[in-house]
Amino acid sequence: MPTQRSQFTVFSRLLHWTMAAMILSMLCIGAAMVASLANYHVLISIHRPLGISILVLVVVRLVNRLLNPPPSFPATMSRAERLAATASEFTMYSLMFILPLIGWGMLSAARYPIILTRSLHLPFILPHDVTLYAALRKMHTILAYLFFLTFVAHFVAILYHALIVRDGILKRMAPWSIRLKNTVVDQNSVNK
Amino acid sequence: MTTDFKLSAESEPPRLGKLSKLARFGLLGAALTVAAGTFAYFGGWFIRDDLTPARFVDGFEQVNGVHAGFRRNHAKGMGVFGFFDSNGNGVRLSQAVIFQPGRVQVIGRFSLGGGHPDVSDKPDAVRGLALQFSLPNGELWRTAMINFPVFPFRTPEAFYEQLIASKPDPNTGKHDPGKMEEFLASHPETVQALTVIKGQPSSSGFDNSTFHSSNAFRFINSAGDSIPVRWIMTPMQPFESANNASIPQDKNYLFNALIAQIHRQPLRWRLIIVIGQPGDPTNDATIPWPAEREQVVVGTLTLDRVESDDTSAATDLNFDPLVLPVGIAPSDDPLLSARSAVYSQSFTRRAGETKQPSAIRPSDVRKGE
Ligand code: HEM
Ligand code: HEM
Ligand code: HEM
Repeated sequence: MPTQRSQFTVFSRLLHWTMAAMILSMLCIGAAMVASLANYHVLISIHRPLGISILVLVVVRLVNRLLNPPPSFPATMSRAERLAATASEFTMYSLMFILPLIGWGMLSAARYPIILTRSLHLPFILPHDVTLYAALRKMHTILAYLFFLTFVAHFVAILYHALIVRDGILKRMAPWSIRLKNTVVDQNSVNK
Repeated sequence: MTTDFKLSAESEPPRLGKLSKLARFGLLGAALTVAAGTFAYFGGWFIRDDLTPARFVDGFEQVNGVHAGFRRNHAKGMGVFGFFDSNGNGVRLSQAVIFQPGRVQVIGRFSLGGGHPDVSDKPDAVRGLALQFSLPNGELWRTAMINFPVFPFRTPEAFYEQLIASKPDPNTGKHDPGKMEEFLASHPETVQALTVIKGQPSSSGFDNSTFHSSNAFRFINSAGDSIPVRWIMTPMQPFESANNASIPQDKNYLFNALIAQIHRQPLRWRLIIVIGQPGDPTNDATIPWPAEREQVVVGTLTLDRVESDDTSAATDLNFDPLVLPVGIAPSDDPLLSARSAVYSQSFTRRAGETKQPSAIRPSDVRKGE
C-alpha cells in the first residue's frame, strides 16, 4: 500500500510563511520608498537588512528542500499544472537568490556603504562602476516586478485549487499540522 | 504531525453548484484585487499628484534640460582630494570614529548650484563643497554643503515650487518674474532666508568661502547623549570680498583660480560644530541659529589635489547627506530624507548615460602644476 507524507515539514512551512511575509513586505517597501520623499530614508534602512535576511534564509531553505523533498503533487493536478507549478517554484527560488544579490551588487558598484545594522556592514562585491550600477539598478526593478507577477500566479493557482478544485492544497502548506483526509494523491507519483 | 493516508475514492469533494462556483471565483478575484491593489497602493499609483523623487528630478530636467551624465543639480564641478586631521575635541560630542585624534582620507567635489554643466562662473552663484571622509573602521561620512548660511527652502515641496516657477518661458527664454513673486508671497520663510543670505558678504573664490551643512543633524556620544548640531567649514585662507562690479571674462574663473591656488599650496578649512540649544529649530533650514551658540573646532580639512570631473572618482559618487557614521544621525529636518531620495534618482539617471566632457577639462587642471 503506498503511503505518503502529505504535508510539508514544519520547518518547511515555517520558512514558507516567514519568507512570504518578508518578501511581500519587501515588494511593498521597495515600491513605496522609490515614490516617497519623506519616508525614503526610513524605508531604505529597513529594505537593506530585510533583503539580506532573505538571502540568508533562502540558502537555508534550499538546503532544507534538498534534504526534505516536498510531498508529491495531488492527483488533481494535470501534467501542465505540475510543469507550471515547478516552473514558478524554480523562478521564485531563483529570484529569492538573485534579487538581494543584485541589491548588494548594485550598491557595491555605486560605492554606497551597505549598512545593515549599526555595526554590521557588508563588503563591496563589485568594482566601482556606475554603468554597471545603472544596469543592475534596472534589473533590480524588472526582477522585483517579475517576482510580484510570479507571486500573483502562485497565489491564483493555489486559490484556484483551494476554492474550486478543493483538493486540500492549502492544507499541505498550512501553518498548523493537520490530519489530511480529503487530499487526493496521485498513485503514480507516490513511491517515486 | 505528518500523516500517512491512503487514496480513497470517497474523498472526492462534492460537485459545486453554479452559484457556489461563481461565488468562489468572485472570492478568488477579490483576493487577487487586494494583492495587486496593496502593491499599487504602496507604489503610490493612486496618488498621482504627490511629489516623488522622479517628479522632482523631472522638474530639474524641465528647467535645465537633460545634460547626459551630469548631476541634475550642481552640474558644474571639479574633484578634490586631501585629508582631515581631527584634534579630538569632538569626542565628547559624538562617538563617530572620525572625531578621535588622527588623520582620515578625504575625496570631495567643488560645484556651482544649478543644472547647467557649462554655466559661466558668477560671484553670486551658489558654491558647493561635497566631502567624503573614509573612516579607519571602514565607515563613510558624506556631506554636501553650500556657502549660504541658511537654505532658502523649508520643505522639498517649496524647493520644487520655486524650481518650476523659475522655468524659462520657451518663447522668451526668460523666467516669468510674476511667478517668482507669487512664490515669494506665499513663502515668507524664503523671503527671510534670502535676507539673511544677502546680508552675508560674498567672498572672492572657493578658497575663502565658508561652507554650511544648513540642515541640522544629531550627534550621539558614547554615553548616549544626543544633541542637535549644524556644522560649518571656515576657510583658513584670508577673506577677500567678491568684486561684483567687474566679473572676469573667463567663464571658469572661479574654478581656474582654485586650480592655481591648490597647485601653489594646499587649502585649509576648520570644521566647526555648532551646538543647538532647546528651542533652536532642527526641522527648518531657513532659520539661522543664534550667533552666540557654542562652537567647537574639531579639526582641519586640507585639500591638496584637484582633478577634472571627467576623471575624478568623486564624479561617480552620490554625496547623499544621509551617508553617516555611527555617532551622527539625521534630525527631523524634512529636507534630509528628500535629499537622499532625490540624489539617488539623479544619480541613477546620470549613471546610465554617457557623460559629455566637463567644462573643466583634465588639461585645465594640469595647467600650472
Ligand atoms: C512572496 C510570497 C510567496 C513565495 C515566495 C512563495 C513560494 C513558494 C514556494 C517556493 C513553494 C514551494 C515549496 C517550497 O519549496 O517552499 C510554495 C508552496 C506553496 N505556497 Fe507559496 N509562496 C508565497 C506566498 C504564498 C501565499 C500568499 C500562499 C497562500 C495562498 C501560498 C501558498 C502555498 C501553498 C499552499 C504551497 C504548497 C503547494 C504544494 O502543495 O505543492 N504561498 N510557495
Ligand atoms: C527579495 C529581496 C528584495 C526585493 C523583493 C526588493 C524589491 C525592491 C523593489 C520593488 C524596489 C523598487 C524598484 C523600483 O520601483 O524601481 C527596490 C529598490 C531598491 N532596492 Fe530592493 N529588493 C530586494 C532586496 C534588496 C537588497 C538586498 C538591497 C541592498 C542591500 C536592495 C536595495 C535596493 C535599492 C538601493 C533600491 C533603489 C533605491 C533607489 O533607487 O533610490 N534591495 N527593491
Ligand atoms: C530638498 C532639497 C534638495 C534637493 C531636492 C536637492 C537636489 C540636488 C540634486 C538632484 C543634486 C545632484 C545629486 C547627484 O546627482 O549626485 C544635488 C547636489 C548637491 N546639493 Fe542639493 N538638493 C537639496 C538640498 C540641498 C542642501 C540643503 C544643500 C546644502 C546644504 C545642498 C547642496 C548640494 C551640493 C553641494 C551638491 C553637489 C554634490 C556633489 O558635488 O556631488 N542641496 N542636490
